[in-house]
Amino acid sequence: MSTLVAFQKGESLQSITLDPVSRLDLIKYAGASGDFNPIHTIDEEATKAGLPGIIAHGMWTMGNLAKLFTPYYEEGFIQDYKIRFSGMVFLGDILTLQATVDEVTDTYTVFHVKTVNQHGKEVIKGNVHFAKHQKST
Amino acid sequence: MYKAFIGKQSTKVKNTVERLMVKRFAESIGDPHPIFVDEAYGKKSRYGNNIAPPTFPRVFEFGDIEGLQLPSKGLIHGEETYHYERPLLVGETLTCYSEITDYYEKEGKNGLMGFFILKRFGDDDNGNTIFTEEQVVIITEAVRKAMSV
Repeated sequence: MSTLVAFQKGESLQSITLDPVSRLDLIKYAGASGDFNPIHTIDEEATKAGLPGIIAHGMWTMGNLAKLFTPYYEEGFIQDYKIRFSGMVFLGDILTLQATVDEVTDTYTVFHVKTVNQHGKEVIKGNVHFAKHQKST
Repeated sequence: MYKAFIGKQSTKVKNTVERLMVKRFAESIGDPHPIFVDEAYGKKSRYGNNIAPPTFPRVFEFGDIEGLQLPSKGLIHGEETYHYERPLLVGETLTCYSEITDYYEKEGKNGLMGFFILKRFGDDDNGNTIFTEEQVVIITEAVRKAMSV
């Protein structure tokens, strides 16, 4: 696997496309996170709230997006992770996770990150500030 | 009126980064990497331990702000920011609390929208802040009216 520190401005990490969003995905996230807002799991509650159907937890999508960086924890860690939630995610949506280098310094790399759905619409967007571990001499 | 809560801090709550919770959480976001879930792998890693995914503090409790009542439904999560001094380690305990750092209102498509800026903190036993979290939470006019605030 290529190392993350070798990435230059404008280069992208290998994107990941997730399986279609399922109800079980959101039930598992509700249980694991403790966020039991029923608009994420129960159709009638979503409809009552004026939504066309249940929507994914924004934090589920944000949690998924961070996994682009998980293979690189020996090189550094996510110091800052900022996301704006810009679109809803529905059951059956097919999401793709993307990260592109915006800035490289000796001590950190900044990535533009986003998740887009099958229509090419951005559902979350932001940036990751990946701090590089300093080699001890 | 929510403006009165600006600067108010919550009670403090101790949260432990529990191994099984980290495993379940990592699985629920489709990221069961051994750095999160495999004890032997964690020991060999540069952290000497398993770590938690960056959005893991979602499972923590951050205390109550006296008198503050937010609606349980109808809030919109607009933005989310995490800042870390280092990754969270499985087994460690953090003292967590929250603060309303700002509240303002803006005219939007659906009437007057209220914007809360909620900041959350996680400190180690020596009082060093290991992570912070900032949320922008939007409360719509319809919900505010229903709550008559």
